Amino acid sequence: MSLASDAAATRTMTMLEAINHTLHAEMARDDRVMVFGEDVAANGGVFRATEGLLDAFGEDRVVDTPLAEAVIAGTAVGLAAAGMVPVPEIQFLGFSYQAFHQIAGQVARLRYRTRGRFDVPITIRAPFGGGVRTPELHSESLEAQYANIPGLKIVLPASAADAKGLLATAIRDPDPVLFLEPLRGYRMLRDEVPLGEHLVPFGEARTVMGADDPADDDVVVFAWSFMVEMSRRAAELLADEGIRVRVVDLRTLVPLDVDTIRTCVEAIGRVVVVQEAPETNGFASELIATINDEAFYSLEAPVARVSGYDAPYPVGQLEDSYVPDAGRIAAAIRRTAGAA
Amino acid sequence: MAVPAAVGQHGVVTIPSLSDETLRSMLTAMLSSRVYSQRVFNLQRQGRAGTNAPVDGSEAILAGVEHALDPSEDWVLPQYRELVGLERFGTDVLDRYVLYALGHPEGGHIPEPTRVWPPQISLATQVPHAVGLAWGMKARSEPGCVLVFLGDGSTSEGDFYEACNFAGVLDAPVIVVVVNNGWAISTPIARQTRAKNFAEKSHAFGIPGVTVDGTDAIAVYEAIADARSRAVAGAGPTLVECVTYRLGPHTTADDPTRYVPGDELAAARERDPIVVMTSELERRGLWTAADTETTLAAADARMDAAVRAGEAMAVDQVELFDHVYAEHTPRLADQRARFLADRGGVS
Repeated sequence: MSLASDAAATRTMTMLEAINHTLHAEMARDDRVMVFGEDVAANGGVFRATEGLLDAFGEDRVVDTPLAEAVIAGTAVGLAAAGMVPVPEIQFLGFSYQAFHQIAGQVARLRYRTRGRFDVPITIRAPFGGGVRTPELHSESLEAQYANIPGLKIVLPASAADAKGLLATAIRDPDPVLFLEPLRGYRMLRDEVPLGEHLVPFGEARTVMGADDPADDDVVVFAWSFMVEMSRRAAELLADEGIRVRVVDLRTLVPLDVDTIRTCVEAIGRVVVVQEAPETNGFASELIATINDEAFYSLEAPVARVSGYDAPYPVGQLEDSYVPDAGRIAAAIRRTAGAA
Repeated sequence: MAVPAAVGQHGVVTIPSLSDETLRSMLTAMLSSRVYSQRVFNLQRQGRAGTNAPVDGSEAILAGVEHALDPSEDWVLPQYRELVGLERFGTDVLDRYVLYALGHPEGGHIPEPTRVWPPQISLATQVPHAVGLAWGMKARSEPGCVLVFLGDGSTSEGDFYEACNFAGVLDAPVIVVVVNNGWAISTPIARQTRAKNFAEKSHAFGIPGVTVDGTDAIAVYEAIADARSRAVAGAGPTLVECVTYRLGPHTTADDPTRYVPGDELAAARERDPIVVMTSELERRGLWTAADTETTLAAADARMDAAVRAGEAMAVDQVELFDHVYAEHTPRLADQRARFLADRGGVS
């Protein structure tokens, strides 16, 4: 077997397997990488994302912390200043409220306030998102809050291959990255993952489905994280009706791939934006403002927004009505396609 | 205010006696820090600097700390009142603090190799940073330790508890110094805690805690040197409470006559750390009134130079976009370009 074919080798993995595989690879590549958080070492993480790391890399580099989110984020600042590459885990993004002052006030500002004395190569991993009947405060989509904090990069993979490529990029990035993993997709999303070096650059959206020439599509849907999968399912529903849908996975909200957004809107003119977060002040609003700035005169219909509602993330018997599903997304696409 | 006796849980303190030269250096640092602080305070009154917090009452703590540490190995993470008293770590500490007070962006950049962090305004957040830094030094088998300052009020923040607790678990080489000056702006310590002192909180973390007289530079030196020797020997963290009294306002924006009892302040002035140290060194025959005059004049001259250099340092407005990320994101680059275009290319 040639080296070239080795480099091209892939394996079908779940997103969770891809994350675990990448953490192993990055810790092996760089001995400054440290993984720490609640239950990440002996237990391998509550979802097993960090399975096997303790055995492979030892208790100095894979560390169970006290149950204290602020000090998990806060010690990452000091570790970075000491020259380490911290990869802390917040067990669920909803728990990051208890670390918000450290993430927003300290992690995000360290480079700026020291005028570049310290690099901040921190990757904070956190699962989020609904649909799996978790208790309260496990499912919140908080990406918009964090995207409003200058200094952070916000990364949300929607496939196993991207989970690898974006996580490896995040760990090697000199800036702090919030790496948000869709917990509903951990085992549901499965695809071919390159086994060798695989880096996905930040700020480059991915076309999940659509015509070779965007002008041949009727509607473009912008989404991220698990809403990419929901949007893909909605697009498949509409194929029978003859509505050609382009689904674009933004991958990273900060930095944002404005060029792809502009190009798609100019070519297609009809846009749906999908987010799981509450409607008001979500990142969808920012996207619509961006479309307004970049391609307003290309629009042939109002930009539609599909989102959660302005209610706290609800309990299990209500959540299927709260989280956008393929039916709601398809309805919005249908309206947008037919709008005069 | 009565100064509690030491409540250390660890063994006998064995610190080599201080040399005459070190004692003189400590008093020099104390006098200088008060001059620097007063001068920065005055800059605010003259409209040349922003809000700042004077050092008055903390001079002995700073002198004890900076002389007990090794500036080539140890790190100091200040809160915000301490930057005038860490010159032993590098002359740029004061120069950058002046810039910070002047509102210059470079005020937050204390350059390599000086092992001091810039002021912290979000109180107690610096304690987790210190523990992380100490953890990283330990992971890298580096010598030295980390010392972090916070105030009596900041001990009520969750970060203090989370960080001290984790420091104990990690055996991190860190010294947590609580400057108990009696006041968190207008809130007295009786409104912060029912505990009889702050060192007592160390029991909850399973780490040694000690209360020392923070008006006595020698006592502070000994407590910090003891904590340092255990930190660098791998024996873990120490909580050191230094008890003093805030002799000035909280900041330039504060009027302490609204809440500080006059008789209490008068009693505290009897224990002004500079008075205490001066009389101790005069008693030992190590200091004269002429030394005080010389020191004050030198500090004034030093500050003249720092302010002159700081005020001469231009700020390019477009720097507001710098160091947000290692490299501008496309969106930030676009905003920067529009910013310059709006100004006709001149910032």
